[in-house]
Amino acid sequence: MIQPVLEFSHIDKAFFGVPVLTDVCLALAAGSILGLVGENGAGKSTLLNILGGILPADAGQLRIDGKPFQPARAADSSDARIAMVHQELNLFGNLSVAENLSLAELPCKRWAGLRWVDRGTLAARATSLLGKVGFEADPDTLVERLSPGERQMVEIAKALRGNPRILVFDEPTTSLTRPEAERLFSIIGQLRAEGKSIIYVSHNLEDVLRICDQIAVLRDGRVQASGPAGQFDVGRMIHQMVGRDLDGLFPRHQASRSNEVVLEVRRLSQSGVVNNIQFKLHRGELLGISGLMGSGRTELARILFGLDRYEQGEIILHGRPLPQPRPARCIRRGMALLTEDRRQEGLLMEGSVTENIAFASLRRFASGPFAWLHAKRLDQQTFELTRRLSIDCREIRHQPVRTLSGGNQQKVVLAKWLLRGSDVLILDEPTRGVDVGARHEIYVQINRMVERGAGVLLISSEMEELVGLCDRILVMARGEIISAEERENFDRREILQSAFGKERLS
Amino acid sequence: MIQQRSIGVLALTYAPLLLYGLVVLFLAALAPQFLSVANFLNILVLASPVAIAAIGMTFVLISAGIDLSVGSTMFLAGAIAGRLVVDAGWPVVGVIPVMLAVGLGVGLLNGWLIARLKLVPFMVTLATLFSARGAGLWITETRAINLPDSFRQLAVVHPLGIPLPILILVVVLLTAETVLRRTVLGKHLYALGYNAQGDEHENGREAAKAGIDISAVLLRVYAIAGLCAAVGSIITLAQLAAVSPNLGQGIELEIIAATVLGGTSLFGGRGTAGGAVLGALLVETVRNGLNLVNADPYFYPLITGAIIFGAVLLDSMRQQRLTLLRHRNIRIPKAIG
Repeated sequence: MIQPVLEFSHIDKAFFGVPVLTDVCLALAAGSILGLVGENGAGKSTLLNILGGILPADAGQLRIDGKPFQPARAADSSDARIAMVHQELNLFGNLSVAENLSLAELPCKRWAGLRWVDRGTLAARATSLLGKVGFEADPDTLVERLSPGERQMVEIAKALRGNPRILVFDEPTTSLTRPEAERLFSIIGQLRAEGKSIIYVSHNLEDVLRICDQIAVLRDGRVQASGPAGQFDVGRMIHQMVGRDLDGLFPRHQASRSNEVVLEVRRLSQSGVVNNIQFKLHRGELLGISGLMGSGRTELARILFGLDRYEQGEIILHGRPLPQPRPARCIRRGMALLTEDRRQEGLLMEGSVTENIAFASLRRFASGPFAWLHAKRLDQQTFELTRRLSIDCREIRHQPVRTLSGGNQQKVVLAKWLLRGSDVLILDEPTRGVDVGARHEIYVQINRMVERGAGVLLISSEMEELVGLCDRILVMARGEIISAEERENFDRREILQSAFGKERLS
Repeated sequence: MIQQRSIGVLALTYAPLLLYGLVVLFLAALAPQFLSVANFLNILVLASPVAIAAIGMTFVLISAGIDLSVGSTMFLAGAIAGRLVVDAGWPVVGVIPVMLAVGLGVGLLNGWLIARLKLVPFMVTLATLFSARGAGLWITETRAINLPDSFRQLAVVHPLGIPLPILILVVVLLTAETVLRRTVLGKHLYALGYNAQGDEHENGREAAKAGIDISAVLLRVYAIAGLCAAVGSIITLAQLAAVSPNLGQGIELEIIAATVLGGTSLFGGRGTAGGAVLGALLVETVRNGLNLVNADPYFYPLITGAIIFGAVLLDSMRQQRLTLLRHRNIRIPKAIG
C-alpha cells in the first residue's frame, strides 16, 4: 500500500475516565475521500478535534506522511495544511465575502499608526479563492445576503486559503438544498482530482456511499468497520452504527385512517408564498409534504400555526374554522408545531429539560387563585415522558437543553407536545441533523402519536423518510400542491419530478 | 415587482435619514425662521458635543458593549481643565492635551477592566460613572468654576468661515468613518460584535474562533469612546465658559439614544459614525424647533422621548420587514396563470 497522507494510530481519549475513543486506527490515502459515519456521540467530533489541535489524545499517534504529528494548538494543524469546513458556518454576516475570506490576516498597510486594509490585495485574494470553488460572486457582497448554499461555498473557499492538503468536511450538506449539495460534491470531486485528501463526515449515508472512496464506521469510540466504499451499503452501515438492525429504518404505524377530519385547509392563498392550497388531514393519518426548499412548505406550516398571515382561504381545525390563527389559539385547540430550527423556535435553550417539556402545559398543572403549580405531579409526568422517549440526559431538572444532542433536543420538543396532548401535529424537518439511532426513536414516537388518534403533517426533504413513513404524500412546488399520492402508488421518481415542477410542462 | 421591492428596502434602510427629513419639513412648516443657514449652523454647533461622544459610543455599541461613563468623563476632564486654567494659570492650549489624556485614561481603564479582566461593560462603566463624577467633585470641591474668555474663544472662532465645533465634528466623523470602514481595527470590530445566534453569551466567540485578538480590539474601542467624550467636553466648556458640578450629568443616555437613533444596534455588529451624528442632530433639531415655536420647555423631554420611541419602533419594524423580504427573495417568482 502507498504511504497514507494521514494516519490515526491507536488513538485513545477519555473524558473524566469515560472513554470516548478507544484504539482508533484509520488511514487517509493521498487524493482520496474517507467517509466517516457514526451516531452522535460515537466519537467523530472528538477525533476531528484531536486532528484540529483542539484536544490532545491520551494515547496513540497521529502521523502525516509517516512522520509523527502532535498538534498542540489549532495553529499547528493549519501549519500542517489541514483545514476544516464546519457544520456551523463561522462567517460574519455583517462583513463582505472578501473580508470574511481573510479576516484573521487582513492584508494591510501601516499609515498614521493604524493598519489600513489593502483593498486591492483583499479583492484579488478573494477572487482567486472563489475561483477555486467556481463561485462567481462579487467579493464586496455582504455575507448575510447570500443563501446558505452560497455561504457554504464561501466557507470552503476560506478553508482553501492556506492551500491545504487535507480537508475535513463536517456535515457540510445540512443546510443545503439538493442542487447546492450536488454542486458541493462536484467541488469535492475536483479537489480530490487536484490531489487533496478529504475526510467527509455526514449523517446522510447515501451521500457518503456515493462520493467516498473509503468508509469508516465509528461506534462508541471504536472503529466498527472500515474499507473501500464498494463493500458497504446503507443497511450495513446502519447496522454497524447502531449495533443492531432497526427493523427497517422507517417503521410503519399501525393506525387506520378514520373518516374524521382533524384539519382541513380550503383554497388557502398568500400572494408570493402559497397559492390555493387544499387538503384534508384525518385522524390517525400521517400525511407527508414533499417539495424543494422554497416551494412554500415551511411557509405553509407557519401559516397553519398562525405565525404568518394569509389573505384568502379557510383553515378548519376539528370542524371549527380558525379565522385568524395565532399560535396560542392553535396550541389551545390541540395543534403543535415542531421545526428543524429547534434552537430558535422550539426550545428555551437555557431552560432545563423539565421546564421545556412543561412549558406548554403549565396551566394544566396549576390551580387556585394564584395558579400555584403542582410541582410534584409535573415532575412525575415529565420524568415519565423522558423515560418513554428515552431522552438521554443526566439530570432533567437542572441540565440546560443546550447541552443535549440534536436528536435529544428534538425529543424534548416532542415530549412537550405529548404532555400537552396535542392531536394535530405539524412537523417541519423533524430529523434534520439528527443521527440514525435517535431518528428511529423519533419515528417510533411519531407513529405512536398517530396510533393514538393524532393527525400528523410531516414536511421533509428526505424522500426516503416520506415514502417510508407516510400514508399519503402531497408534493408542493412554487407555493402550490402539484400532486397527491396514496401510499400504494408511491413512486420516488414521480414525486421528485413533480417537486421540480415538471408535471406542469408535460 | 423587483423594482418596487428594492425601493421598499431602500426606504427602510435609510429610515433614520427619512425620519430626519420629515422632522425638518414639519418644523419648517411650523416656524419660518427654522429654515435658515444660520439656524442650521447653530443646531450643528449645539449638537456637536453629543454628536462627537455618540461617534465614540458607536464603536462601543458595535462591539456589543455599552459605556455609561462618558458623561462623568466629560465632567472629570472639565474639572481638571478648570482647576488648571483658573488656579494654576495654564493657557488653554496646554489644557487641551490634558483633557484628551483624561478621556483616554478613563477609556483605557474601562477597556482594561472589560478586555483583560472580562468584567461586564454595563457594571464596569457604571462604576466609572460614579468614580469619575466623584473625582471631579473632589477636584472642584463641588463648586462651579467660571472659565476665562480665552476658553470661550474656541466656540467663537470661524476658521475657513465655519465655526470650530463644526470643523472638529467633521474631522472626528471622517476619521471615525474611515477607521470603521477601511482599517483592520474596524473590520475586526464588526466581526467582534457579530452574533449569528442572537445569544448574548455568544458575542465575540465567533470572532475569537476566527483568530481575532478580542482584548486588543475592546481596549481600543473604550479608549476611543473616552477620547471622543473628552473632545465633546472641550467643546462644551467652550460653549458654557464654566464647569458646573452637574456638567454632563445624564448626558450618557442622550448620547446612547442618539447613537441608536442613527441606526446602531444595541446588540452589536451594526452601526455607522454618520448615523450617530444624524441621531444627535435629530434630537437637537427637535429641541431647536420647539424653542422656535415657543413651546413649554417642560415639553421637550416628552417630545424627545416620543421621538426615541418612534425611531426604535421604526427600526424594529424595519428589521422584521427586511428579514421577511429576504425570506421571500429565495422564492422563484411564480408564473402567471
